[in-house]
Amino acid sequence: MSSKLLKVDIHKKLKEFDLDVDFELEKGCLGILGPSGCGKSMTLKSIAGIVDPDKGIISLDMGGETTYFDSDNKVNMKPQKRNVGYLFQNYALFPNMTVEENVGIGLGKNHDGTKVTEMIKRFHLEGLEKRYPRQLSGGQQQRVALARILAYGPDVLLLDEPFSAMDAILKEQLRIELVNLLRYFDGLSVLVTHDRDEAFQFCDELIILDQGKIIAKGKTYDLFENPKKVKIAKLTGCKNISKIEIIDDYHLKALEWGIELEVAEKISSNITHIGIRAHDFSPAQNDDVNVFSAANSKKLEMPFEWEITLGNGLWWKVEKQIRDHEFEIPEYLTVDPKNIILLED
Amino acid sequence: MVDWSPIFISMKTASLSIFITFFVGLVVAWGLIKIKNDTTKIVLDGIFTLPIVLPPTVVGFFLLYIFGVRGPIGSFFVEFFAYKIAFSWPATVIAAVVMSFPLMYRSARGAFEQVDSNLLDAGRTLGMSEWNIFWKILFANALPGIISGGILAFARGLGEFGATAMLAGNIAGQTRTLPMAVYSEVAAGNMGDAFNYVIFIVIISFIAIFIMDYVTIRKEKQWR
Repeated sequence: MSSKLLKVDIHKKLKEFDLDVDFELEKGCLGILGPSGCGKSMTLKSIAGIVDPDKGIISLDMGGETTYFDSDNKVNMKPQKRNVGYLFQNYALFPNMTVEENVGIGLGKNHDGTKVTEMIKRFHLEGLEKRYPRQLSGGQQQRVALARILAYGPDVLLLDEPFSAMDAILKEQLRIELVNLLRYFDGLSVLVTHDRDEAFQFCDELIILDQGKIIAKGKTYDLFENPKKVKIAKLTGCKNISKIEIIDDYHLKALEWGIELEVAEKISSNITHIGIRAHDFSPAQNDDVNVFSAANSKKLEMPFEWEITLGNGLWWKVEKQIRDHEFEIPEYLTVDPKNIILLED
Repeated sequence: MVDWSPIFISMKTASLSIFITFFVGLVVAWGLIKIKNDTTKIVLDGIFTLPIVLPPTVVGFFLLYIFGVRGPIGSFFVEFFAYKIAFSWPATVIAAVVMSFPLMYRSARGAFEQVDSNLLDAGRTLGMSEWNIFWKILFANALPGIISGGILAFARGLGEFGATAMLAGNIAGQTRTLPMAVYSEVAAGNMGDAFNYVIFIVIISFIAIFIMDYVTIRKEKQWR
């Protein structure tokens, strides 16, 4: 397998903020995670050539470098020439064309239809060839969109919030389908999302974007285990975050919840907050480490979880069986010092 | 004995003017939605829409001013081609084009704007040429709106009276279109002859609207 390298280093002035993004991708799928309106889609559109950055370089090396965009040398390749596949949020299937016509549209005039047949088969679309996109289910539409893109044979695949406009059940299904379908693609891909589950599922590496700036970059597992910053902790789904006062090297006071806690790692002076994931509490005796009272708690029943809001403002989630409807909130709770995440602002 | 010339003149005028209006309207609508500056957009839109809100005689007044023998374009034609535009058959076409243009342009523009811009970008990332993107995606998906705009414009051109009267006059056998003929016959007290022309106009207009609805509904059913 030849080596690949996608290099992106762009700058663009936007209304609310400036977009500054740079990254390199050698293999697999890179995730760009960030709240809506942080410049994620703009980054993707710049790579595709739909939007022009003000400054910077975008290039792809596939054993020979192709420059997509280079402001210094006035290079700006048309989207038609870049050979990237873009999966739009709403799939952007052409409503006036059948499934067959949609899949074949990227192949130009001189295709004999074998590629289309192959893709239709590969994406399990047999029997739907003559249908129009509106007559398809969400899952089928996604498969047509991917078939259309992969028939075109792109070097880079760009996925723009592929599941954001769907209901929960369809979302679960399509995620599994997309993970499987992406196995047919051995190029580079970039996924943009505001959903931590999607980022976690699809991407080995992540970039976290906020107000157009990269605030973290790294392996997905590392960023979820050790988010380091308050914003990152929030984006990776940490429910409990509090400002702190340092007591000594291993002890601190969580100001939001009014409790003192022991931590496993030495607290350096730049630590301003801590985070505790909602699943990390457990019932305790009065004399354990990091014990606090669970008085005045409110519980909310979900199908497979109890969501408990403690009197001091902490969130606790406890797994449950679907048949259980009773839950006694213990008098005291504890959190393992290892599970307290130290954060900088 | 019915004088058939107004029918022939009107059909000729309406056919040629819709041909011009259709393509010019499409191109102008396409050009306008590409303009990013809002002020420019509003000013241009205002100019292109004016003929539909102004009294037809006022539009005719302006046309006469431009195409009359002393007007900038009129005098040019007189000098270089020794041809008087005003009060000739081409004048009926000019009046019909100018009066029906806003309907075509606005319908086409609305139809273009309804097309999801992601579709155009998807076409680009799939390597389609801009020409193909325009015809196969933008035009094809805007087609029901464009056709109805075209047919409304055709009907408007066929029924054009005020501006035509000002620029082309009412010369029997030359510039007397159907609406002119109806007016002339009524003015002369020949209600029976006017009635024949009226029936003809009503039938043609109804057929046009029927085709418009038929095409629009069929296309939409097919995609849904």
